Amino acid sequence: MMKGFFGQFGGAYVAETLMGNLEQLEQQYEQLKDDAQFRSEIAQLLNEFVGRPTPLTPLRKMSKDTGGAKIYLKREDLTHTGAHKINNALAQAVLAKRMGKHRIVAETGAGQHGVAVATACSLLGLECVVYMGALDAERQAPNVQRMKLLGADLRLVHIGQRTLKDAISEAIRDWITNVRETHYLLGSAVGPHPFPTMVRDFQSVIGEETKSQILQLENRLPDCVIACVGGGSNAIGMFSPFIEHEEVRLIGVQAAGEGIETTHHASPLIKGSLGIFQGVYTYILQNADGHIQETHSIAPGLDYPGAGPQHSHLKNTGRAEYAYIDDREALEAFEYLCREEGILPALESSHAVAHALKVAKTMTEDQILVVNLSGRGDKDLSQAIEALERMNKEEVSIR
Amino acid sequence: MNRIQVTFDQLKQTGEKALIPYIPVGYPALETTEELIRTICESGADLLELGVPNGDPLADGPTIQAASTQAIANGTTLRYCIQVVQRLRQSGLDLPIIFMGYCNSFLAYGLESFARDAKNAGVDGLIIPDLPSTMAGPWVDIFRQHEIDLIFFLAPTTSEERAASVVEQGTGFVYCISVTGVTGARDELPEELPQFISQAREATSLPLCVGFGISTPKHVAEVSQYADGVIVGSALLQVINHAPKDQMHTKVREYVSSLKEATISAASSTR
Ligand SMILES: Cc1ncc(COP(=O)(O)O)c(C=O)c1O
Repeated sequence: MMKGFFGQFGGAYVAETLMGNLEQLEQQYEQLKDDAQFRSEIAQLLNEFVGRPTPLTPLRKMSKDTGGAKIYLKREDLTHTGAHKINNALAQAVLAKRMGKHRIVAETGAGQHGVAVATACSLLGLECVVYMGALDAERQAPNVQRMKLLGADLRLVHIGQRTLKDAISEAIRDWITNVRETHYLLGSAVGPHPFPTMVRDFQSVIGEETKSQILQLENRLPDCVIACVGGGSNAIGMFSPFIEHEEVRLIGVQAAGEGIETTHHASPLIKGSLGIFQGVYTYILQNADGHIQETHSIAPGLDYPGAGPQHSHLKNTGRAEYAYIDDREALEAFEYLCREEGILPALESSHAVAHALKVAKTMTEDQILVVNLSGRGDKDLSQAIEALERMNKEEVSIR
Repeated sequence: MNRIQVTFDQLKQTGEKALIPYIPVGYPALETTEELIRTICESGADLLELGVPNGDPLADGPTIQAASTQAIANGTTLRYCIQVVQRLRQSGLDLPIIFMGYCNSFLAYGLESFARDAKNAGVDGLIIPDLPSTMAGPWVDIFRQHEIDLIFFLAPTTSEERAASVVEQGTGFVYCISVTGVTGARDELPEELPQFISQAREATSLPLCVGFGISTPKHVAEVSQYADGVIVGSALLQVINHAPKDQMHTKVREYVSSLKEATISAASSTR
């Protein structure tokens, strides 16, 4: 009877005021997800507007540097607006329109989801309100300008630690207040049912394309697939079609911030415990009283204290592994991919690349590794360059 | 019979409506919290709703958010809230006490041990805004066993089907949310409120209490004409926030008794 669970994880722990809306959303989604017209409408938008399918790029230099395993990069950075977030944003916006909702509310961390939602709303003629933590707005300034230009009503959030979790809280409060005419367009595979399922389905295009591309190129499945995990939407979209193929190793990479052993990280799947946060029962970072702990990551899109419920389930069943990469390693990978492969990754995606650099070294030449490059790093330039300079100075002063 | 039921039965006999003030434990200060709670109770509260502060209270507006943050910073924990209730009971306070808190505070404590400790301390009921009735099965099982009422919400957006589940799972009373929105003082009551309450009457024989936005004696008088009780939170906190330090108790006493007054006069005028 309990729908919306992955093993013991999931559910919909939200205000009664929202439950009718969530039930309606679930029903509509269940009806539409296999509807040929709905599917082709989304497929067409993904093709004509987003630029899908995105390429699977071989990384020859990185392969050589790490001992020879074949490495491919799934290029979500090449989508229109520059990250995987657009796959989900467009599909949900189409769904909202079908449901007769003309007002969209969303949260954003890195600003990529906010830009994607603002873009979808502009395309489909929907009213768009985006909540963003004031700290995130500072560190992702280019995306703030883009959202405004796209016509979004951008509202900065000054409560809490002024990051993604606080933006979600404010978006949910707005949704409670304007529930009748509003669709909450959640940007990751978190939150109450049906979001974790629906967002996964809309992001599965990443994994589906990858699967058919790799079969065409290599005539077999990859040995290992790696993606970064904030809430977990790009990772679950990539993993989803591979879950049934037990021989494919799945690795999600969390943000270790200033170090996994410090209190400044964002790795609920490594260091978290079970609890309910923002509508869902899953691994979260909390103290003994059940209060959410502060998180830190140089990548705003990973700076979140909760994991999508399906990731919690994949962790507990052992089907997927979860690793962590700290700020410094992510920055090094950011620089590496630019210098050696000519690709500018988002700081979020740099976590996946950094871990891939480690894993590739343990693989043999006949093995295949796929890394999901969830987004491009234009938004991160000033932050990353500053941090790299700081890092290099520290190194000099240590020597 | 538990305190909540006894209280509503008594009020029914005298024709009064219930006044249920809300205040987070540990607000505005840890040292004075019990004294302030006692002042509120002595000024006319029929039931008491004590907030277990949460750092990310999704159903709360700015006033209660700020108060919760302050209470946590002051050092309030769920364990401390239970101790406060224990001391209030020892000092002779006998009105029904209800905890209002979010799921994760109770989960972190452990549901079984919380139910046991809360019951022993003298907690009568729970209001959990992020626990909808349809998710509450395991919670209902545990708290029924310990004879703690789980009070669920009816919102203006609640369907008939969902209302059936709220009524089936809930005991004590039903919390009717006046508006689609979060907590916070408001100037006007929504026009549809009387109709919403009369629909709720058809769904249940439990007492119906209205909260969210109730701020003035006038609001209380109006709601008392058709509901069984009113819950006043943000507006009470604003009285506390705006009172000069040395007049806090006087202001709170004045405000709470003016609300209680309104529940009586309204009831007698409809008789
Ligand atoms: C480029 C990029 N990658 C990854 C993420 C993390 O989100 P998720 O774990 O849902 O994919 C974000 C979120 O903002 C992002 O912008």
